[in-house]
Amino acid sequence: MKLQTATQHDLALCEVCGQLGKLANNAQCIRCATRLHHRKPHSIQYTWALLIAAYVLYVPANLLPIMETRSLFGVQRDTILSGVAFLWNSGSWILALIVFIASVAVPMLKLLSMTLLVVSVQIKNTMAPLPRARLYRLLELIGRWSMLDVYVVAILVALVQAQSLATMAPGPGVLAFGAVVVLSMLATMAFDPRLIWDTANQTEINGEVSTHANQSTAA
Amino acid sequence: MRDLTACPECDLLLNSTHVTATKGGATCPRCAAELFRRHPDSLERSLALTCAALVLLFLANSFPIVGLNIQGHQVETTLFGTARQLWRDDMPIVAVLLLATTVVIPLVEMLAMAWILFPLRFQRRPPGFALLIRALQLAHPWAMVEVFILGVLVSLVKLSHLADVLPGPAIWCFGALMLVLAALSTVLDHRTLWQSWERAA
Repeated sequence: MKLQTATQHDLALCEVCGQLGKLANNAQCIRCATRLHHRKPHSIQYTWALLIAAYVLYVPANLLPIMETRSLFGVQRDTILSGVAFLWNSGSWILALIVFIASVAVPMLKLLSMTLLVVSVQIKNTMAPLPRARLYRLLELIGRWSMLDVYVVAILVALVQAQSLATMAPGPGVLAFGAVVVLSMLATMAFDPRLIWDTANQTEINGEVSTHANQSTAA
Repeated sequence: MRDLTACPECDLLLNSTHVTATKGGATCPRCAAELFRRHPDSLERSLALTCAALVLLFLANSFPIVGLNIQGHQVETTLFGTARQLWRDDMPIVAVLLLATTVVIPLVEMLAMAWILFPLRFQRRPPGFALLIRALQLAHPWAMVEVFILGVLVSLVKLSHLADVLPGPAIWCFGALMLVLAALSTVLDHRTLWQSWERAA
């Protein structure tokens, strides 16, 4: 038995209200009048554009200082990694680990995983669609946590001002880092997970799914 | 055709009367994506949580988040103070990003929710329903209150080496807000909203 998808029957799910509708030219949803599409339009192009922009900004985000501390002893410039090292050396290794995961590991793994997903869809890879779908869901969930360092800098900068012994100011790295987080979130949203399954459709399917599809087309 | 539906994440065609639903909802048999969720009194609970979130959001922004005690000298900052300092330090984009993700988007989201839920609760159709649902879908990933809380905690630890740190009242409000928003996103289901909209006159 072959799987039946909405696309094969020229049907499409409305992204706003979840109503299934017939997809003729310029079709609108019968319930909420939203334009219907089989897949997110230009999904791969948008995802690539946003991903490449995120990769480019990833370099200054990690090399430029995110914070500058001016004190009597001179100026100290902190990058994201030196911030993690500071937390580690001062004994708060749990926080060091959290910040490392949120600010270093997640952005890098997210960019690499998105690249893997887009490439796998483009070369029409049929392997392991379920793990890839799960990976996509995970990326949607964790991307936001990278904003952590932006918030830390914002609070430190507001508190440590002229009244105290030191003054902290945000460095240019924080702008690049915030941009990486926003761009990679946008890249994840631009990607359509249904593309993963489009190439995997031809594979055999288990009994439960095939009965679903049969009954659906009979209805 | 009436009973047909498709999985939003893998496009599998499904007969909604044959989808094996558990008490809590249903998932796609092929890709395990969530198709819908069911919650008793979804509308009422969502409305109550929305009101609670609006109050907490107001409190969280009126009181200082953290304070510092440096040699008897006290400094404290609210969320708006934090954004103002970033703006002064030539980081207007970061200031806007901070305010948007922690105040503006959660506020707009909650106001839109209240606008939608109040009429639906009394079987009326709220004006601009489809547009607001679309806006809520777009805005939702950008509300990052829970990340902000973690950011406050990390900065507290970093500052504790410099001076005495005084957690402000707003930190508790943000903590409560985080829990309320988490509860709201489990109770609320867009399918329930559309079904109540269809039933309403």
